[in-house]
Amino acid sequence: MQASDRFNINSQLEHLQAKYVGTGHADLHRYEWAVNIQRDSYASYVGHYPILAYFALAENESIGRERYNFMQRMLLPCGPPPEREDD
Amino acid sequence: MSDPEIAKTQEERKRMEQQLASMNSVTYDEEFYGATNKSDYVSSIPVNDEDENLDPMDNDVVRRLASYTAPKSLMNDMPRGGDADDDDASGMPKSKKIIDREDDYRRRRLNRIISPERHDPFAAGEKTPDPSVRTYAEIMREEALKREKEETLRLIAKKKKEEEESGKAAPPPPEKAGGAQKRRNRWDQSQDGDGGAEAVKKAKTTSDWDLPDATPGRWDATPTPGRVADATPGMGRRNRWDETPTPGRVVDSDATPAGGATPGATPAGMTWDATPKLPGMATPTPKRQRSRWDETPATMGSATPGSVATPGPGGYTPGVTPAGGAGLETPTPGTINLRGPITPEQYNLLRWEKDIEERNRPLTDEELDSMFPQEGYKILDPPPTYVPIRTPARKLVATPTPMMTPQYAIPEENRGQQFDVPKELPGGLPFMKPEDYQYFGALLNEDEEEELSPDEQKERKIMKLLLKVKNGTPPQRKTALRQLTDKARDFGAGPLFNRILPLLMQPTLEDQERHLLVKVIDRVLYKLDELVRPYVHKILVVIEPLLIDEDYYARVEGREIISNLSKAAGLATMIAAMRPDIDNIDEYVRNTTARAFSVVASALGIPALLPFLKAVCQSKKSWQARHTGIKIVQQIAILIGCAVLPHLRSLVEIIENGLSDENQKVRTITALSLAALAEAAAPYGIESFDSVLKPLWKGIRSHRGKVLAAFLKAIGFIIPLMDALYASYYTKEVMVILIREFQSPDEEMKKIVLKVVKQCVSTEGVEADYIRNDILPEFFRNFWVRRMALDRRNYRQLVETTVEIANKVGVADIVGRIVEDLKDESEPYRRMVMETIEKVVVNLGASDIDARLEELLIDGILYAFQEQTSDDANVMLNGFGAVVNSLGQRVKPYLPQICGTIKWRLNNKSAKVRQQAADLISRIAVVMKQCQEEQLMGHLGVVLYEYLGEEYPEVLGSILGALKAIVNVIGMTKMTPPIKDLLPRLTPILKNRHEKVQENCIDLVGRIADRGAEFVPAREWMRICFELLEMLKAHKKGIRRATVNTFGYIAKAIGPQDVLATLLNNLKVQERQNRVCTTVAIAIVAETCSPFTVLPALMNEYRVPELNVQNGVLKSLSFLFEYIGEMGKDYIYAVTPLLEDALMDRDLVHRQTAASAVKHMALGVAGLGCEDALVHLLNYVWPNIFETSPHVINAVMEAIEGMRVALGAAVVLNYCLQGLFHPARKVREVYWKIYNSLYIGAQDALVAAYPMLEDEEHNVYTRPELMMFV
Repeated sequence: MQASDRFNINSQLEHLQAKYVGTGHADLHRYEWAVNIQRDSYASYVGHYPILAYFALAENESIGRERYNFMQRMLLPCGPPPEREDD
Repeated sequence: MSDPEIAKTQEERKRMEQQLASMNSVTYDEEFYGATNKSDYVSSIPVNDEDENLDPMDNDVVRRLASYTAPKSLMNDMPRGGDADDDDASGMPKSKKIIDREDDYRRRRLNRIISPERHDPFAAGEKTPDPSVRTYAEIMREEALKREKEETLRLIAKKKKEEEESGKAAPPPPEKAGGAQKRRNRWDQSQDGDGGAEAVKKAKTTSDWDLPDATPGRWDATPTPGRVADATPGMGRRNRWDETPTPGRVVDSDATPAGGATPGATPAGMTWDATPKLPGMATPTPKRQRSRWDETPATMGSATPGSVATPGPGGYTPGVTPAGGAGLETPTPGTINLRGPITPEQYNLLRWEKDIEERNRPLTDEELDSMFPQEGYKILDPPPTYVPIRTPARKLVATPTPMMTPQYAIPEENRGQQFDVPKELPGGLPFMKPEDYQYFGALLNEDEEEELSPDEQKERKIMKLLLKVKNGTPPQRKTALRQLTDKARDFGAGPLFNRILPLLMQPTLEDQERHLLVKVIDRVLYKLDELVRPYVHKILVVIEPLLIDEDYYARVEGREIISNLSKAAGLATMIAAMRPDIDNIDEYVRNTTARAFSVVASALGIPALLPFLKAVCQSKKSWQARHTGIKIVQQIAILIGCAVLPHLRSLVEIIENGLSDENQKVRTITALSLAALAEAAAPYGIESFDSVLKPLWKGIRSHRGKVLAAFLKAIGFIIPLMDALYASYYTKEVMVILIREFQSPDEEMKKIVLKVVKQCVSTEGVEADYIRNDILPEFFRNFWVRRMALDRRNYRQLVETTVEIANKVGVADIVGRIVEDLKDESEPYRRMVMETIEKVVVNLGASDIDARLEELLIDGILYAFQEQTSDDANVMLNGFGAVVNSLGQRVKPYLPQICGTIKWRLNNKSAKVRQQAADLISRIAVVMKQCQEEQLMGHLGVVLYEYLGEEYPEVLGSILGALKAIVNVIGMTKMTPPIKDLLPRLTPILKNRHEKVQENCIDLVGRIADRGAEFVPAREWMRICFELLEMLKAHKKGIRRATVNTFGYIAKAIGPQDVLATLLNNLKVQERQNRVCTTVAIAIVAETCSPFTVLPALMNEYRVPELNVQNGVLKSLSFLFEYIGEMGKDYIYAVTPLLEDALMDRDLVHRQTAASAVKHMALGVAGLGCEDALVHLLNYVWPNIFETSPHVINAVMEAIEGMRVALGAAVVLNYCLQGLFHPARKVREVYWKIYNSLYIGAQDALVAAYPMLEDEEHNVYTRPELMMFV
């Protein structure tokens, strides 16, 4: 609306997005996106105690074990990266 | 002209007028639609400030908005910063040249020389340095030599002086002839005489002659192959340039033929020295200050400070006496010669020269005999090779080039000279100022580019670009700057800096030009990176002066460059470049170097510099080095503030020895540095100062004068860091000295003492009783005297200190002591007393003041208020207001008297007095109410009402303000005159265009509309509404805001219909600001009178087929939904069809405004069950995501963000998924942008909504956890 817009948050948005690991871009590969999704999911499970308790109940594990497992799985959650055809 | 022609022109003009007319009544908005061609939109956000220099006049949009102005061509033709002396006479704007605002000290920057490149050991590796490049060792040797010479000279001077004193009666000892020819000798000497040289200087010059014997010619010892004839005796004075072997220089470039044979005639080896001081011209520069003539080879000629004083007739030799080695790259004068048109100065000079020659013709032997005594000297034969120069001035004019034999040639007359008129430059180059010719003259040669060598072509290219940057139009400048940056590495550091740096030394440089050139350096630096190493010192010489410029931005710029430079060149190179300057003989050089070093420290980190600093501060060789080292620490503290804390101890340890240095200057600077460190570290870090406490406290007992002042300053800053107990102890210790120094007549000492007292007193451990008994009596006796009020800085410092003391000892003590002085006969003193009382009373209240003091106080204040003759800073007014307000009800007995004074002064002849009286009413109205003096206020109200016919807008504004204050405290019903009489009187005042009147008037009207609208008939309010529309044009935001709010109050009072009709009509007007304010007003009316009273009419207005109106309606809706928030849930279904339509409109602005309305709506109704309508609207918003116009896309993205909040992230994610992996990159980009903002906004919420991905052979993409079910 005004010229002042260029000084507001929108101008910094791209920079902001660059700071977040989970954000994407037009060249993102399916694998990378999936990895982000998986990690976000695990982080979310670990972050919400009730849902962690629910999973623990379903899997018949202790909550601590469950949390540990989720954290472990955040490492390479989708397995090894696929071979890239081009460069 | 024939008739048909005339008819044709008339027709054309008519057409143009029509066009213009249609512009005035167009139905569309320039602001928005002028922009739809996208050229006015910024397509990218500038990362740096590239656009900042764009001339506003070049920007069409801006120009259209601005008022009438001269045509652009005329504006550009305006003479830019002519000579300073013309300006005074013609009343032209002040000169923009930097040199004109510089003091002598800062001008010393011009005395420095741009040193040649230096050896870069990093690049060279193990190789032996090229003999043509100067190494660190060489430079250090030279510096040492210079210092030694200085020392010797000083000793000689001292000895001479002693001799003179001892043998006053005897005739002065004859000059040590030393091979000097008699006549020349006289000639030279007389110059120094009228140069006003003091004994020292004189002695120095004479001793110059003798020096060759005293110091063995170092240069001769290392003959360089190329310089056969350059046998000029090398002396300390001789600058370092000569050592660069210059193969082409068969003959020394100095004008004296066979310089070696005439050591006497060329003092210090500089022929230039002898001539620049043309007797007919301005006062010659004193010998000590090395004129830039000395540095012939180094600089580009006539860059002498003040081109008039030492004229460089650029027409003949545009000053390009080539630098030693650089001689070959600079265009030889021969090529530039006569190219540049003669400037008027030069023209004058030629005339003068004749005159001078006439008067300065060599004296004949007879003449000399008649002038001199018969004995006491010996007449020597001139050396055989000496050829007298008959025209001293000519020497200036015709400096031979290294390429030519130094014979005088009659300058060729140039008939094509154009006086004053700048020559049209080839190739679209910008206008060249006369002083630019010496730098850019070569560009005027119409040589074929192809004939030039590649190096020359490069030179030329650089020159062209620089000229464009310096003098070009903004677009030219921009492209040139970019080219210079991009090609920096191709051009190479050498050619670039050899061009840029001399320009920066140009004495006629203006701020703007300097800024641009500095910018060029900055950019180029970034590109060149480590290639700058050999040029570091060169750059520093030019940039360091910026660090002490009086302009803040210049200082910042300088710091930035040096910081970038140090990052590019690295610490080692920086130290190597600056080390020799640390003990330079010139204080100016040391000062700037210290500052530059502090910037290096802040750029590369203090720890990196600590070892070096330590070494420098303990230098045994010279006190200058220690002084500079300690100064660096001071500058570091000043520059980086509290960031010194981690290194505080090491920094203090480095400098602590300076406190007991043998040199007084070093002791002083050490104390000042400690002060700076303590100030930067406050309130922490006392433990780091432990080691210096003892020397400091001992020092204040043993020192006097300046050193003492510095020590006291350090103590003043250290005491506040201490614990209460210690602070109290140390304060008592230092106070004895302070009290002794109270009497010091030295102004600087006074200021420091006051400051230290303030710092001590404000420290926790110092008790009130101690201050009261031990400090106050002496303090008031010495400082509270009339003289202190005269100097602005003393005044302020004294007030501050006294206020600080009052904070400790209470109001009564201080006010009691100075209250009598309110009746002092000196007005500045009364003002100082008043300001102190005001501050004290505001800080501490008036409860301490007893009845007697109160009486004295009011009496004094009334006296001071009435007796004042000038009060620009409103000190008296503020003081009066503050005292009355803090006394509160206790003022009641004095109010009649005060009001009498006010009334009397309201009737005063002087506008200022009337204004002040009215201002006083607004300050004390609240207190009058507290004292139940309503009748008195009513009376004042009537008086003010009668003065509403006031002519002076400033006074009228104050009267309105006073009325407002009264109305505010006594209320609408009790107001006299009654509101129904007051308001109609205000309506015409609303027309007044003066800002202060407008602001006060609209405030008053708004207040009445808010609280007492019922006292005034509706018709009057409507009248006011029309006036208010005009006020929406006001520049001041406060006025527009008050106006818009007043619309709301009026609408509330008389119902929205009429007001709304007025406002909707106003949407048709042309000016954007007016329409925007109207839309805001509509929204406010809707908010105050409930939206349902406004929406029908508003939506109906959308049917008007006019873009401005429709956009206005949409904008009103946007504001409306913003203001009403969740109330919007009742109206969302009503406006949805309208928004649907707007979001599908062809016009961008419709969609943009509608999108922002949707945003506000969505945010307002989030969680209130309007999802169906919102999804519907989102479907209309979504197709707009591919808009490219920044405003539109911003609005759309914000609408989508709003939807995320209202509908949840999952819904928006589902919209998003379709495009994340779209085959077209353009589509993917937009969708990922939306996804990213969604992700940042609601990362966690997305977890539940991500799509289910199928596993692939190696990869697991499914999320089985989410399938779990108990």
